[in-house]
Amino acid sequence: MSKTPAARPLPASIDATLDLLAGADYLADRSLATVLFLALKMGRPIFLEGEAGVGKTEIGKVLAATLGRRLIRLQCYEGLDVAAAVYEWNYAAQMITIRLAEAEGHADRERLEHDVFSERFLIKRPLLQALEPDTAGAPVLLIDELDRTDEAFEAFLLEVLADFQVTIPEMGTIKAAHPPIAVITSNRTREIHDALKRRCLYHWVGYPTAGRELSIVRTKVPNISARLSQEVVHFVQALRKEDLFKSPGVAETLDWATALSELDAVALDPATVSDTLGVLLKYQDDIARIEGSKAKELIDQVRAELRAAE
Amino acid sequence: MADQQGRLAENIVYFARALRAAGIPLGPGSVLDALEAMKAAGVGTREDFYWTLHAVFVKRHEQSLVFDQAFRIFFRKRGYLDQLMAMMTPQAPGAPAQPPSAAATRVQQALFEGLDTLRDEEREVEIDARFTVSDREVLQKKDFAQMTAAEIAAAGRAIKRLMLSLDEVRTRRLAPDRHGHVVDIRRTLRASLKAGGAVIDLKYLGPKTRTPPIVALLDISGSMSDYTRLFLHFLHAVTDARKRVHSFLFGTRLTNVTRALKERDPDEALAACSSSVLDWSGGTRIATSLHAFNKHWARRVLTQGAIVLLITDGLERDPDDRLEFEIDRLHRSCRRLVWLNPLLRFEGFEAKAKGIRTLLPHVDEFRPIHNLDSMAALVGALSEGGSRAGDPKAWLRKVA
Repeated sequence: MSKTPAARPLPASIDATLDLLAGADYLADRSLATVLFLALKMGRPIFLEGEAGVGKTEIGKVLAATLGRRLIRLQCYEGLDVAAAVYEWNYAAQMITIRLAEAEGHADRERLEHDVFSERFLIKRPLLQALEPDTAGAPVLLIDELDRTDEAFEAFLLEVLADFQVTIPEMGTIKAAHPPIAVITSNRTREIHDALKRRCLYHWVGYPTAGRELSIVRTKVPNISARLSQEVVHFVQALRKEDLFKSPGVAETLDWATALSELDAVALDPATVSDTLGVLLKYQDDIARIEGSKAKELIDQVRAELRAAE
Repeated sequence: MADQQGRLAENIVYFARALRAAGIPLGPGSVLDALEAMKAAGVGTREDFYWTLHAVFVKRHEQSLVFDQAFRIFFRKRGYLDQLMAMMTPQAPGAPAQPPSAAATRVQQALFEGLDTLRDEEREVEIDARFTVSDREVLQKKDFAQMTAAEIAAAGRAIKRLMLSLDEVRTRRLAPDRHGHVVDIRRTLRASLKAGGAVIDLKYLGPKTRTPPIVALLDISGSMSDYTRLFLHFLHAVTDARKRVHSFLFGTRLTNVTRALKERDPDEALAACSSSVLDWSGGTRIATSLHAFNKHWARRVLTQGAIVLLITDGLERDPDDRLEFEIDRLHRSCRRLVWLNPLLRFEGFEAKAKGIRTLLPHVDEFRPIHNLDSMAALVGALSEGGSRAGDPKAWLRKVA
């Protein structure tokens, strides 16, 4: 991403959206491109749900980069409140102003209150920043892992996402001239309320097909050998069919491909797979199940498939 | 004409009373509103009449159902008091053959209660015959006896007393608190401004607590069938009273009934449960069901310090290593695992069955119920205080 992003027009079709994402090395499938296109066209927020490591957050980043917009990211966590997400008052400056007014001797309460709660003393947090006009066009607002915060916080978002406005009791309503491109992600560790989902276009980001995953690996790990990349992708695809507690995501595939290519492996062998399984699987039970004979079995199966395909 | 008006008013008053008895909270104000609305709208068609009363009497979506039932029974045909009486005589035409729809029992009951002075023994028998026979009908799906208004009220009262151990979790959110230890600058400043800025009176924030989510796993196999209705009502009442409750039923397979139990009306909720579950009163595969839960749901519902209520008699058909593995995983993914076992009808119970011995070491609390006959008993067992009360190790030691 260049330092001074130049605004680029929104894509005019689904194909244009696909190309746009591919331009930033994000290989999306058509369903995702369709949702993105519609969201951009209709000015609605996008709600992305899916397993960890399938590239949900990446979509927000890529959109900002390719459209040349500012990326405003709000990472959600438990206890996130208005002061951290929307706005806060600059209390120190307010205190000083009050003291000064006193010292000067015109402590008109009404007037003072009005002065102290004005935009000058407002500290803008991500949600409010996203509503500000930007020369590069409306920013991309990425609300990441919304499921990590509690239900109470969702309520704050309703106003922002439905009308792209924020109401500050002391000041009134601040409305965005150009609504931001809002992307919300969730790992589904809890259900998000229907009221919030209703305002968004929903998309479930699934695992990619073997063909797409292979392109992703070759794009992101350029110096990997053709054979290794094929075996890696097919091994991971086979692994996802196993009864695992947590199936590896695309992020894990990329990590593994990078790890193997760093180890100068040219093809999979049971010993290397067992040694590097920790990159792919993050639960001891899953590793114990795959390690050893099962890994060998899977490799043989992958080889047989690849031979048959040739 | 005046007489007609009078009768209409009388009937609306009576109808409102019936609705109140059936569980819709209506004050005298609503009755006045209804009369006024009737005057404004005029009594045209039956449909207008229905929606006029609906507009006034129904304040929440869930009440619509009760209203509909009540209206249909109360104002059947042209529907005044005599028609209602006629309907209850033995010659009443067109008794419906299908099972009663949700809330019907309650509405019937509410209507009869008001008619105490008018009805005699013989009629009562007839009414009973008509309205309860299909309650006992055993359909392919589970058909629960409907809840009476008294039962619902009792359940509501009992649930209020429910107090699980470790039921308050400190959140990372702060709330105004006189004894807090974080200065609330915003409130301090506002208060100071009110006083003209001269005085700074510090206001404080303290941590906020809240009840953690509850995830209930209810065994609905044959050996538990005596208690299924009670437990479902319990879960419904808990869902109603608490914010985050997830309910799953299992016999040989796992079914998520959270949405079904969110129906406000208990009968409707149970009917919805009944239609979504396929394995009523069959065998038990605890390990398989727990595996399904761990794999598909644990990560979705066990966040934010959830308490798991495992309600089963622990009589696994063929206990093996998998049961131990799955219960261990469940135990490690939740904050607290409470096992409620209704098998223990007699004091002399010992944890001898293999399934029970496998489960016991992995639960935080073991809550046996010797005599499970009411919601109050159930809530009592869950709320029993003291750290020793539910210690599963005590039960294991007894056998060893």
